[in-house]
Amino acid sequence: MPKLRVQSLLCLAVPVVTAGAAHAGGIELTVEIPKLSVAEYHRPYVAIWIEDASGKVAANLSVWYDTDLKDSEGEKWLKDIRQWWRRTGRTLNMPMDGVSSPTKPPGANKVTFPSDKGPLASLAPGDYKLIVEATREVGGKEMVEVPFKWAPGSEATASAKGKEELGAVTLKLTK
Amino acid sequence: MKTLAKRLVIAATAAALMVGAAHAHRAWIVPSATVVSGDNAWVTLDAAVSNNLFFPDHRPMQVDAITITAPDGSIVKPANASVGQYRTTFDLKLDQKGTYSIAQANSGLNASWKEGTETKRWRGSMAEYVSQGIDKKPGVELTLSSRRVETFVTNGAPTPIKSTGKGLEISGAHPNDLYSGEEVTFKLTDNGKPAANVEITLIQGGDRYREQAGEVMLKTGADGTFKMKAENAGMYWLEAESRGTASMEGKSVKSMSTLVAVLEVLPG
Repeated sequence: MPKLRVQSLLCLAVPVVTAGAAHAGGIELTVEIPKLSVAEYHRPYVAIWIEDASGKVAANLSVWYDTDLKDSEGEKWLKDIRQWWRRTGRTLNMPMDGVSSPTKPPGANKVTFPSDKGPLASLAPGDYKLIVEATREVGGKEMVEVPFKWAPGSEATASAKGKEELGAVTLKLTK
Repeated sequence: MKTLAKRLVIAATAAALMVGAAHAHRAWIVPSATVVSGDNAWVTLDAAVSNNLFFPDHRPMQVDAITITAPDGSIVKPANASVGQYRTTFDLKLDQKGTYSIAQANSGLNASWKEGTETKRWRGSMAEYVSQGIDKKPGVELTLSSRRVETFVTNGAPTPIKSTGKGLEISGAHPNDLYSGEEVTFKLTDNGKPAANVEITLIQGGDRYREQAGEVMLKTGADGTFKMKAENAGMYWLEAESRGTASMEGKSVKSMSTLVAVLEVLPG
């Protein structure tokens, strides 16, 4: 019964989302993956999530990994995104719609998360940290945290920079 | 002369078995990973008795003595098992999500009594204890000795480890959820009851590369709990020995239980 209700709500919500998508604000995130000159390079696995003041995962935004490998072989390495795995990954069923995504190339990778659907739709206003964790096969690991205040409808920019496996991580809140 | 020497050797061996077995060499089962993910998760394990942790340099562990328990309590057979000169190796496919226990557990009875000035020692089962008339020896002391060498591997989210109620076992904090710099509280139970005032030795692997092993001594409280905090991530060897009493076929006997657990601490 509860399931049915959710489903019908979702159906109702679809036209609204479609119509409003162009105007809906949310989070515009730019994650820079540095170009590395190493003997063996593989694109990093990256997890992006939002943590509340108590350290709990408030929203799972993205996981970039080898989603196309045969027999879901990419999932074998998800545990190496260690902090994400510990906090939330190990309890999830992968792949996750809207969260799982292929790995990204070096450079500035822009991703947007609308405030009116997906994980941000249920995020209560307040103080949070956006966390980006990267781990690279035969390479290093790094975690970058960007504190921000979530107040849908207001604009703000916050950023932080990694040293090895991540470049600048810029979070833009849009109206 | 020869007889005396032989007798001394036997006595020394028996004494070592009784008291020092756990200290003479270190037994361990080490998995290639303690935390795995995905639908086709495997680990490979080494099991041995060695001086250095975790470098095989003495004896392999007998593979028949190793029991793998899946998250649902079923028993899984080791795959690709091979007994080498110094170590036994085998694989485990983690078909279920949750925590697997990989353990070598055994128990036996030790008896000792005096014949004149000589201390006689005996080891066997309860049935043999009676059938061989050991129970009729004057002043005989019987000790139930249990030994458990264990490690844990988790696929996905950790699940609780079920107690067997036999010998010394670890519970409380999850052994596959340990991170450097974070304090956790474990509990030791002996035959299912809190093991109070038990001394615990904790040594990080790789002692071959350190001048001092840097072992940390811990002790359980009255409720059997102890706190552990490892500053360095790595593979750790934990050993504890508890002495108490156990009930065997209505008889109260002395008990000596040993536990070795290999624990991985991940970077926090």
